[in-house]
Amino acid sequence: MTNLGGSKMSQHKQIRIALNNCGVIDPENIKEYIARDGYLALGKCLTEMKPEDIIREIKDSGLRGRGGGGFPAGLKWEIAAKNQADQKYVVCNADEGDPGAFMDRSILEGDPHAVLEAMAICGYSMGATKGLIYIRAEYPLAIERLKIAIEQAREFGLLGKNLFGTDFEFDIEIRYGAGAFVCGEETALIHSMEGLRGEPTIKPPYPAESGYFGKPTNVNNVETYANVPIILRKGANWFNKIGTEKSKGTKVFALAGKIKNVGLVEVPMGTTLREVIYEIGGGIENDKKFKAVQTGGPSGGCLTEKHLDTPIDFDNLVQAGSMMGSGGMIVMDEDNCMVSVAKFYLEFTVEESCGKCSPCRIGNKRLYELLDRITQGKGEMEDLKRLRNMSNVIKDTSLCGLGQTSPNPVLSTLDNFYDEYVAHVVDKKCIAGQCKDLMTYFVIEENCVGCTACARVCPVGAITGEKKEVHYINPEICIKCGACEERCKFDAIIVK
Amino acid sequence: MEEKSMSDIKVKVKEKDLIKIQEICKSFDNKPGELINVLHKTQEHFGYLPAEIQEVVAQELDVAVAKVYGVVTFYSFFTMLPKGKFPISICTGTACYVRGADNVLQEFKRQLNIEVGETTDDGKYSLNCLRCVGACGLAPVVLVGDKTYGRVSPEGVKEILEEYQEK
Repeated sequence: MTNLGGSKMSQHKQIRIALNNCGVIDPENIKEYIARDGYLALGKCLTEMKPEDIIREIKDSGLRGRGGGGFPAGLKWEIAAKNQADQKYVVCNADEGDPGAFMDRSILEGDPHAVLEAMAICGYSMGATKGLIYIRAEYPLAIERLKIAIEQAREFGLLGKNLFGTDFEFDIEIRYGAGAFVCGEETALIHSMEGLRGEPTIKPPYPAESGYFGKPTNVNNVETYANVPIILRKGANWFNKIGTEKSKGTKVFALAGKIKNVGLVEVPMGTTLREVIYEIGGGIENDKKFKAVQTGGPSGGCLTEKHLDTPIDFDNLVQAGSMMGSGGMIVMDEDNCMVSVAKFYLEFTVEESCGKCSPCRIGNKRLYELLDRITQGKGEMEDLKRLRNMSNVIKDTSLCGLGQTSPNPVLSTLDNFYDEYVAHVVDKKCIAGQCKDLMTYFVIEENCVGCTACARVCPVGAITGEKKEVHYINPEICIKCGACEERCKFDAIIVK
Repeated sequence: MEEKSMSDIKVKVKEKDLIKIQEICKSFDNKPGELINVLHKTQEHFGYLPAEIQEVVAQELDVAVAKVYGVVTFYSFFTMLPKGKFPISICTGTACYVRGADNVLQEFKRQLNIEVGETTDDGKYSLNCLRCVGACGLAPVVLVGDKTYGRVSPEGVKEILEEYQEK
C-alpha cells in the first residue's frame, strides 16, 4: 500500500546490511532467502558453535540496540543467558511507535526471515525455546508476511523441534500491539504481551532477570535482529570495521519531511547529517532553506545547520542534544515554526503518557500548556525559564524512558532556536508564519486589481469588495487558511 | 451488602452476539493473558467495544470488568464508540505534520461539521487521527476505510469526500 521511495535516492555512501535483502528477494518465498545464505548462520551456530561463542561474537561485533537506547546487544544476551530458569523468552520489539519512522516495517515486509533466524540464534545462545514478536496492529502487511514466513520456516524444519539435527527446539508466536507508544519501552511491552495495560515498571529487575511472566526475557528491536545473521556469517571483525569507535555497523534512517528524496537510507555510523540530507536525500524540497533536522522522534531533538557535519553515532547525537532513537529523520525548512514543532511533540507525549508517574503525566501537560500559550502570543519571558526548569525536573524524575526523554524536543529547540521563542513572546511574531494566532492577512491596496479571485476562494466569506475595486479581509471572520494568498496572482495579499 | 457474582450481570447483548464473543474467548482458551488478542478479534467483529460487550469478555476470561475497561481505554486502537460507514483517519505523525496534516484535518472538520472522534449524524463518516501509518513518503496521508490517499491538500478534501457521496 505504500511507497518506500528511494528510487531516486543515491546509493552512493550507503551500505546495506540490515536492508541487505529488502527489495531483492520475494519475502513470501523462503527459498529466495535461503539462496542468499539465509539460515546458514543458524546452522553454523547450532552445529559448530557453543552458546558462549555466539555471545562473544556478538559482543566483539560491537552491535548496539537499534531501537533507540543503544545498549550493547551481546551484553544483553549474556545477562539473559546467565540467569537460570525453566523457561526463557526471546522477544522482538516491532512496536514501531515513533511517528515518522518506518524502518522496522520495511524490514519485516521485505526480509522477515532474517528476524526469525536471528531470534532462533538468540534463543540458542541464551537457552530459550520460545520467541514472541510484538507487532503493531497498524502494520497489516508486515503481520501477513511474518505469518507466512513463520509457516514456511516450520515447514522447512527451521523452526520447531530438532533444528539442524540437534536437540535444540525453537518456535515463534506473534503478539499484537494496540496503539500505545509507551509499549516500545521493554517493561511496558512485556506487560502488554501479558494482556495488561502497557505500563512500565522500575528497572531493576531487568527483563533479562525477570521479564515475560517473571521469566528471563531478551528484548531486541527488529533492526538489531536483522543485523545478527550477517554478523555471524561474515564475522565480528568484518562488522566492527564499519562505523565509528563506539558505534559499529550501519543505521537505517527513515528520511522524510521537506526533503527531495523521501525513503529509507542505510549508512555506516559516522556518516554526517549533511551527507544524508544533501548527497543522499538530494537537499531541501523546492530549494528552500534548511532549518532543522529532527532525529529520535518524540524523545529526540532538533539539530541545526551547525550540527550538519557531526558524524552520526549514538554518542554524538546525545552530545548534540538529540538522540539516535529508532531512526526517524525529519527534515524541516524555513516554513516550520520550531515552537510549534516542540508543541507538536509534547501533544504527542501528553496523549501517549501512560499516566503512571506524575512527572510525566502532569509535567508534560504543563509543558504543553506553556507552549500553547506561547504560540497564541500570550507567553511571557518568565515562561521560557519555566519551560527549562520543568523540562529538567521531568527528565530527572520520570519513571521510564518516555518521560526521561520527552522534554528533549523543548530543550533542544530552546537551545538552538531561542530567538524564535523570544520573537513569539516579545514581538508576538511567528517568523515561519505557522502560528495562526500571530498572523493577520492584509490586502496591499496598491497591488489589488479587484479581480475577486480571493473572495471566491475564501471558504468563510471573509473577503468583501466590488469588482475592479480594492478588496478587504475581515480579520474577525478570517480563519487564516491562506487560500487567498495562494490564489492571488498580483501579490496583493500578505501575512503579517 | 449482598455480594454480586459476575454471572448476575444483566448484559444487554443479543443471544447470537453472546455466542460469538464466547466463541472468540474460547479460541484463546479463555486465558486472561490473551485479553488483548480477544479484544482485537471482538472489535474486528463488532466494529467497537461498548460496555456491554466488555462485560461479557470479562466474564468469559474471569477477570474484573474494570480490568477489561482499563485495557480498552489504555490502547488507542480500541474504541467504545461505533465508527461511521466510512471511517476517515488523518495521519498526524511527524512527517505528515511537517507537510501540513493539520490544515487537512481542519478542512475535514469544517466540511463534515464534526470534531475528531465524532461520527456524522447520518452515520456515514467518522473522523479520527492516527499516529503514523509508516507511509511517510506520501505525507500527508489520509485513510478512508482501508484506502490510502497520499499527498492530500486541504483543497483535495472535497474531492475525497465526493468519492463517497453516492455510496
